[in-house]
Amino acid sequence: MKLSVNGKAVDYDGDPQMPILWFLRDELQLTGTKFGCGRALCGACTVHLDGQAVRACVIPMAAAADKAITTIEGIPSEHSLKLAWVKHNVPQCGYCQSGQIMQAADLLQRTPKPNDAEIEQAMTGNICRCGTYTRIRDAIKTAAESSS
Amino acid sequence: MSAVDLQRRQFLSSSAKAGGLLLSVQLLGAQHLMAKSGSDAVFSPGLFVAIDASGKVTVTCHRSEMGQHIHTAVAQIVADELEADWAKVVVAQGLGDPKYGDQNTDGSRSVRRNLTRLRQAGATARLMLRQAAAATWEVPVEEISAENHQLSHAGSGRSADYGEMVAAAAQLEVPDADTVPLKQRKDWRYIGTAVNNVDLQTMLAGTAVYGHDVQLPGMQVAVIARPPVLFGTVKSLDDSAALAVAGVSKVVRLPALTAPAAFKALGGVAVIAKNTWAAMRGRDALKIEWEHGANASYSSKAFREAMLEGVRKPGEATRTQGDVDAALAAASQQVSAEYTVPHLSQAPMETPAATATVSADAAEIWACTQTPQATRGMVAQALGMPPEQVSVNVTLLGGGFGRKSKPDFSVEAALLAREVGAPVKVIWTREDDIRNGYYHTVSAQRIEAGLDADGKVTSWLHRTAFPPIPSTFDPSQKLPSIGELRLGFSDNPFEIANMRLERVAADAHVRIGWLRAVANVYHAFAIQSFAHELAVAAKRDPKDFLLDLIGSSRHIDLGKLGVEYDNYGDSIETYPIDTGRLANVVRAVARRSDWDRKRADGRFLGIAAHRSFLSYVATVVEVTVDDKGQWRIPQVHVAIDAGTVVNLDSVRQQCEGGSIYGLSCAIGQITATDGVIDQGNFDTYTVARMAQAPGAIDVHIVDSTYAPAGVGEPPTPPFAPALANALFEATGKRFRDLPIPLTIKS
Repeated sequence: MKLSVNGKAVDYDGDPQMPILWFLRDELQLTGTKFGCGRALCGACTVHLDGQAVRACVIPMAAAADKAITTIEGIPSEHSLKLAWVKHNVPQCGYCQSGQIMQAADLLQRTPKPNDAEIEQAMTGNICRCGTYTRIRDAIKTAAESSS
Repeated sequence: MSAVDLQRRQFLSSSAKAGGLLLSVQLLGAQHLMAKSGSDAVFSPGLFVAIDASGKVTVTCHRSEMGQHIHTAVAQIVADELEADWAKVVVAQGLGDPKYGDQNTDGSRSVRRNLTRLRQAGATARLMLRQAAAATWEVPVEEISAENHQLSHAGSGRSADYGEMVAAAAQLEVPDADTVPLKQRKDWRYIGTAVNNVDLQTMLAGTAVYGHDVQLPGMQVAVIARPPVLFGTVKSLDDSAALAVAGVSKVVRLPALTAPAAFKALGGVAVIAKNTWAAMRGRDALKIEWEHGANASYSSKAFREAMLEGVRKPGEATRTQGDVDAALAAASQQVSAEYTVPHLSQAPMETPAATATVSADAAEIWACTQTPQATRGMVAQALGMPPEQVSVNVTLLGGGFGRKSKPDFSVEAALLAREVGAPVKVIWTREDDIRNGYYHTVSAQRIEAGLDADGKVTSWLHRTAFPPIPSTFDPSQKLPSIGELRLGFSDNPFEIANMRLERVAADAHVRIGWLRAVANVYHAFAIQSFAHELAVAAKRDPKDFLLDLIGSSRHIDLGKLGVEYDNYGDSIETYPIDTGRLANVVRAVARRSDWDRKRADGRFLGIAAHRSFLSYVATVVEVTVDDKGQWRIPQVHVAIDAGTVVNLDSVRQQCEGGSIYGLSCAIGQITATDGVIDQGNFDTYTVARMAQAPGAIDVHIVDSTYAPAGVGEPPTPPFAPALANALFEATGKRFRDLPIPLTIKS
């Protein structure tokens, strides 16, 4: 099958049931997308599939045929969210942060000016064990303001 | 190209440009020898700092980075005394090597045990650069200044960048560190400021390398079916379906674990495959019949009841003051309560992972480990090799919280790499992490107190029971250890004339291990909840009552009371148990939260304070409870006195994150039925999500010149009792048994 990852065309002919997380990590060595739970419970593996946030640990490769995947490596460093993450010095261990940013990017695409409840609803599926939630919330607001 | 290869390449190209040598040693492993005292191209006086001809400063961090930003703090300390330009400083991760001294990154001690020697490392390099400039310009060294990466001589008007003096400095003899002058505190440039995390950009780019991200040429991935019950063994195995899974190359039976569990591999059956997915599917296809063994009798529910029975009877006294029994009998009011805290799992976002290569006479490990030297030792033991033949590379850690201070997962990788004859990466799934962990122990406590007619507490009897951490290393250990009692139990700060503290034995049926703040979590929960119960009984304001309990400003001398107490391994003279500092954070957090202001909007406050890891933290949690019984935390206030601090923003982050970790400790639980852990993933093991997290966390850092104390753990213990106390104020319901339900039934 054919698909694109961060704008580049790639081929895949392996097990169509393999979650796209392992294609990204083990085959393309795009290791910015993380394994956290394997069951879409924590959001660490969040990527965009045709522009929508999905949990890469449960979406099979078969569902990605002819589609476009964007990972954290495909989000430019000058993206408003990454700049806001720097401004608020958000990450502690950093492991969940690529999933947090990909989920936040999806939120801002759909809801450019989210309120607290909308941020919480969009982000509560993404666990951070270091507890950076208050900074994530603040950074999303900063990014939303800066892109107006 | 693999992530590690990529990092090596980038590094080699950048170091080739700069003519650097030392940085390559850090990344390329033990096979390469370090230049001993510098060369023409690199000046490296000692273990922690190297400067190349371009002026680039490489600071080696020998502690593990797991989100506490020790990379950043170490660089700040060295760069400050070196008077380096922050923009020219990079950080390299040290290998596991005894030459660094202790590397076990736990106990909140990285800064407090290293501040002075890291300052000396920076100051030594700065002095030698001045000496080099003095020799080159033929002027007295006293006339050379070194500021912000520039050497200058006012008399002659000469100046040079640090890089220009590298070759000359490398020829000089390194002075004794104790003779090198250090800066005065007022001249600190980076220490005590807020500096962004030095790993931030690679984290945001997705290029930061964690344990899971290591890729080596020809590497295989292993996923292991471990015994569901501790010390269980494989009775029968049918691996035909597993071997039929495309991509699976081998099935390996690991040696059965025998007591003590210590840091050894748990045993079980490993599936080796070309990628993670195939290894996971292969493991799912294994047909294993287990012999569960004696621990199959373990039911955490029945165990809790048995522990409660235990604390209702006299235990072994470990601290005695006055006559508790007589004072209790004479009290005008007696209050007692029992508290239980379940097992918890550290559950770092990154599950354990380790990669190994093993040949006849060498082994190399890449792991997200908090403890590279213990990893080296355990891998060497498992392989029957001298430790010198084992090198351990420390990746970034996607959280640690104590789980990664156990090297069992690296031992698994080493055993499998030897068996397979190729590099092997062992990946733990989340279910493995939750079901086969080193658990925060399960505990029961009972406190009885007597109040006199004025509502003053005159007696305090506290019993604690829990399977101790030493049981993991010696199954005959059943009594709470001195090392755990010192964590918030023996060092009770209250000024009460009659006090007796007792310990009660409990058997371990799972591996017991460290979790952020360890025994402080349950001891602070009981003591600080009970302090609030007493305030209610005495009809007093809880904050005022807590201050009365803490009493006069004094240093508690446990030695004089005959109490065995090691003060977190640090001197009691430098780090006394200072009740004045504890009271001070209580008053500070009361001010910050505007404690005395009446809340009209349905907000209720709870307070708790605790000394741990030589720091003092007080927390106020504000709650609201809706008509469905669902509670929220709009605001938290934390006041911390950690003595001298290096990075203000890191301290804030640890107070924010430590509070939320404490929240998770209050709402999650690990239970066991027939010796098998009931939970398996984040659907059954509850941890704080954004929906439960505080709306805002206000942190007050006490400006202090006291010796540096712990930061990573101390904010966690006061959170759960402050929350429980706030919920009592809101609902009248007392939560003595964790977890606290997310919805309170009336």
